[in-house]
Amino acid sequence: MTDLYAGQVSVEDRLPELRHQVTASTVVLGALATRDWRPMHHDRDFAIHHNGIRDIFLNTPSQAAWFERYLTDWTGPRGRLARLTFAMKDSVFPGDLMTLSGRVTGLATDPVGCAWAEVELALSVSGAVRTSASARIALPVDRSDNPWARRGERWCP
Amino acid sequence: MTTVLEDHGFPYDVELFEEDGPVLIERGQVQTLCAAVENGNPLFWDDEVAAGLTGGPVAPLTMLSAWFRPHHWEPGAAEPLVPLALHFALKERLGLPESVVAANTLTFHDPVRPGDRLRTCQVLKSVSDVKRTQLGQGRFWVIEVRYRNQDDALVGTDTYTMFSYRTPTGADHD
Repeated sequence: MTDLYAGQVSVEDRLPELRHQVTASTVVLGALATRDWRPMHHDRDFAIHHNGIRDIFLNTPSQAAWFERYLTDWTGPRGRLARLTFAMKDSVFPGDLMTLSGRVTGLATDPVGCAWAEVELALSVSGAVRTSASARIALPVDRSDNPWARRGERWCP
Repeated sequence: MTTVLEDHGFPYDVELFEEDGPVLIERGQVQTLCAAVENGNPLFWDDEVAAGLTGGPVAPLTMLSAWFRPHHWEPGAAEPLVPLALHFALKERLGLPESVVAANTLTFHDPVRPGDRLRTCQVLKSVSDVKRTQLGQGRFWVIEVRYRNQDDALVGTDTYTMFSYRTPTGADHD
C-alpha cells in the first residue's frame, strides 16, 4: 500500500475498480462485524418471508466500510476520510458480483493547507448502481504532511 | 436560556437523547470488520505504522454507529437502546408510521481509538412542511447524531435526512 499525494491526482481521474463476489459470508460477516444483529442480514428465511425480498442483503454500515476500504486502497494509509454521503437505491445480495468505482470530481486546498479530493463513488451490480456515494478525503501534500496530525481548527471535514 | 419547542414538540439545535455507548472500543472488533471487508490498511494491523501516522491504533472511521449497537444479549439487560430515538419519537408525535432514509452523511473528526468510551446525542436540525411524494404524504426531517469520546472531543457526526409518511397500506421500512 503506497501513499498517494495530492499532486498526483487530477480532476476526472478514475479510481481502479474493485470487484468482489458477494456471498452469504460477505453479508453475515459484515453485519456481525458492524454489530448489526437484525435477522434480515443473516437469516435467509426471515429476509424472504418477513421482508419479502430474495435473500439476506448487505447492511448499510458494512457498505460504508467497503467504501472506506476502497478509498484508502487508493490513497494509502495517509489518506484521511473526512466525509461520506451515500444513498442506497437497491439491495446487494449473495451471488452478486459487486463493483466499486470512483471518479475524482474536485481538488482543493483549504485555508489551513489541507489538500482535499472530492470523489464520486458507486457500488454497482451488472452495471446498475445499487448505492451511490460521495466522499471528501484529505491527501498529503508531500512526505512531510500527515493529514492525521490535524486537529481542531486545522481539520475542517 | 429558554428552549423553544416547535409545533411538533421538539426544539431545534438542542442535544437530546444523550446516551453512553454500550461497548468499549476494542481492537478485536476493529480487525473483525477489516477482515469482513478485506481492508489491509496497515493503520489497523501494524502498530508501527499506526504509531507513526495516527499516534497509535485507531478504528475504521465508518465504524462510528457500530459502537452504539448493544450486545445481542447480556445478563440483566433492559430493553435495548433504540437507534435514532428522536426519529421514532417524531414519527409517533406526527402520526407518520412509515419512513425511508433519503440521505445519510457521515463526518469524521478526531479518530476513535481502542479503549475509548463514546457518548452520543441527537439534534433536530429541521422539519419540513407536509409534502406529497410518490411514497405518500409526509414530512422530511434532518437529525444530526453527534459522537464524542471520554474527553468530550467530537469524533464524528451522522446526519440523516428522513422522509416519514403515511399510506393506506404498507409496512414501516425503518
